[in-house]
Amino acid sequence: MAIWNSSSLAEAPAATSHLPVISVREIRKIYDLGETQVHALRGVTVNIKAGDFVAIMGASGSGKSTFMNILGCLDRPTSGQYLLEAKDVSSLHKKELAAIRNQKIGFVFQGFNLLGRTTALENTELPLLYSRVTKKEQERRAREALNLVGLAQRADHFPSQLSGGQQQRVAIARALVNKPLILLADEPTGNLDSRTSVEIMEIFQKLNREGLTIVLVTHEPDIARFSKRAIVFRDGHIKRDELVDSPQVASEVLKTMPTIED
Amino acid sequence: MSFTDAFRLALRALGRNKMRSSLTMLGLIIGVGAVIAVIGIGQGAAAKAQEQLAAMGSNMLFVGSGSMNRSGLHTGHFQTKTLITADARAMVRECPLVSAAAPGTSSGQQVVYGNQNWATQITGTEPQYFDVRNWPFSAGSSFSEEDVIQSATVAVLGETVRKNLFGPANPVGQVIRIGTLPFKVVGVLAPKGISAGSGQDQDDAIFAPLTTVQKKLLGQDWLRWIMVSAVSREASYVAQRQIESLLRDRHKVKSGDDDDFVVRNLADIADAAAEQGTVMTILLTIVASVALLVGGIGIMNIMLVSVTERTREIGIRMAIGATEEDVRRQFLTEAIVLGLIGGTAGILFGVASSVAVSKWLEWPILIPSYAIGASTLFAIAIALFFGFYPARKASQLNPIEALRYE
Repeated sequence: MAIWNSSSLAEAPAATSHLPVISVREIRKIYDLGETQVHALRGVTVNIKAGDFVAIMGASGSGKSTFMNILGCLDRPTSGQYLLEAKDVSSLHKKELAAIRNQKIGFVFQGFNLLGRTTALENTELPLLYSRVTKKEQERRAREALNLVGLAQRADHFPSQLSGGQQQRVAIARALVNKPLILLADEPTGNLDSRTSVEIMEIFQKLNREGLTIVLVTHEPDIARFSKRAIVFRDGHIKRDELVDSPQVASEVLKTMPTIED
Repeated sequence: MSFTDAFRLALRALGRNKMRSSLTMLGLIIGVGAVIAVIGIGQGAAAKAQEQLAAMGSNMLFVGSGSMNRSGLHTGHFQTKTLITADARAMVRECPLVSAAAPGTSSGQQVVYGNQNWATQITGTEPQYFDVRNWPFSAGSSFSEEDVIQSATVAVLGETVRKNLFGPANPVGQVIRIGTLPFKVVGVLAPKGISAGSGQDQDDAIFAPLTTVQKKLLGQDWLRWIMVSAVSREASYVAQRQIESLLRDRHKVKSGDDDDFVVRNLADIADAAAEQGTVMTILLTIVASVALLVGGIGIMNIMLVSVTERTREIGIRMAIGATEEDVRRQFLTEAIVLGLIGGTAGILFGVASSVAVSKWLEWPILIPSYAIGASTLFAIAIALFFGFYPARKASQLNPIEALRYE
């Protein structure tokens, strides 16, 4: 059964053309701390094509978080170009960036970042609150997204009533609810045990197979092995950019792992 | 984000911290409540005072015997013995703007009926007094001009005296004792209440023919006062000057000497009472506005705390596509909802306390609809004003730092 409706991605021209979804050219990011300047990114160039599954790795301070923030349109580069779907977004106004975050990008964070005392369904609906969508349509789409991550029955649960893995799945549903162009995941398994981590990777692999472009930040090589391509950052540069040799399949890895019911 | 969404979010956010939200609103509730109560009670009092003065007759003039200057020593009012009944007759005869004049004198006396007694003011006057004061009877009628000529021992009771001497019994035809003299009760006056001018209970009085009081009770032939009715309120100011010049002439007051009488115009007293009410309302409104201001600062304080507490939430919302405007609107709506609920509760509180005060003091209240509308708008305006800074602060947060906030 297709869990990611690929027909919805057909609307995105990048998915059908051979142009990269993300094209970053000579990006630099300099933080001005008054007396000193911190060079977080020192000229990064990378293309990510539609349907790719990229793991971004590197030690802390390597520039990978800054790179993610720029990819996610939360931050703007000091210089260089960022083309998203062939459109230069590096010089857009804050309001336009917010619209891009809302429509084109789905975020998944390490700490889940769900709103407390708000049900799974309402957490999933959150991005739609900032799109022009009727209340009825909001609920329909949110239920559909929860269904994609296998949490349809937990729609009325609060985050405090869910396990870590379930909370992260709600966060993934929230990221998917606006049918984004790319999914950005920042250490999505950092707070999870190993089996739950693989379960999350299983969801990512399914979504990717349906055509969703995924960029994942992780420092765990085990997790990176589920992706198709690994980019390693070091001191603001890309140190290595290579395809993953025979990526692991999460659903098969799961079969070899002991079952722990959450 | 639509306004309905913002409103729904605001209600929910406030509902999560019910205790805090209600305490935040308390300042506004007290402020708006105070404004409503002050206006309600103040307007009610002003309306009642005007009504009383109108009932008293705003075209009325009061002529009192004056003070004397004996070798440089001034006595108080009501000390000269020069004001006489003939002066009252002359006013009606010679001043065209005077329609009626009732001469009178008064003194404090102990009144006895059966085993009840009561200390009150006995007023000697003539029947036209009740017309001049526009004072109807609730039982019986006035004594007659014939009674005045014959110095008859008949009396008319004020409502307070009747209540204290007779209770539920009918006093008309009964005999009471004033000082040492027996008087037959011929009438009872309708209640008139507290005087808006002097604050005295106007119903705590007994009225008898002028000559009876002068000769049989006091042994005097002069008057303490003459109540004069001018043809209209506007005419009362001119009538006052006519009376002054007539009396100076009759009493042979040399130019440059002090008058041996005083003339007061009730229209002046009515104006003074109205002005006093206005000053009071302004003062209390200032106090209430300060309360509203403090309430507004309370809103700002809590909104700032709320923005800090919810930094992470703001970061999440921004990351998934909320614009600065969305975030600002969300927090501004929360402030407005606080103002709206606080304002509405304040109106209820104000109306309830006005009603309580009116029940307790038997004081009428009058809450104009503009007061309710204006204080609601004012409460919302305060909430908007003091909510703007916290909302702006929230919208200016950097989403990356907000997401990292612990």
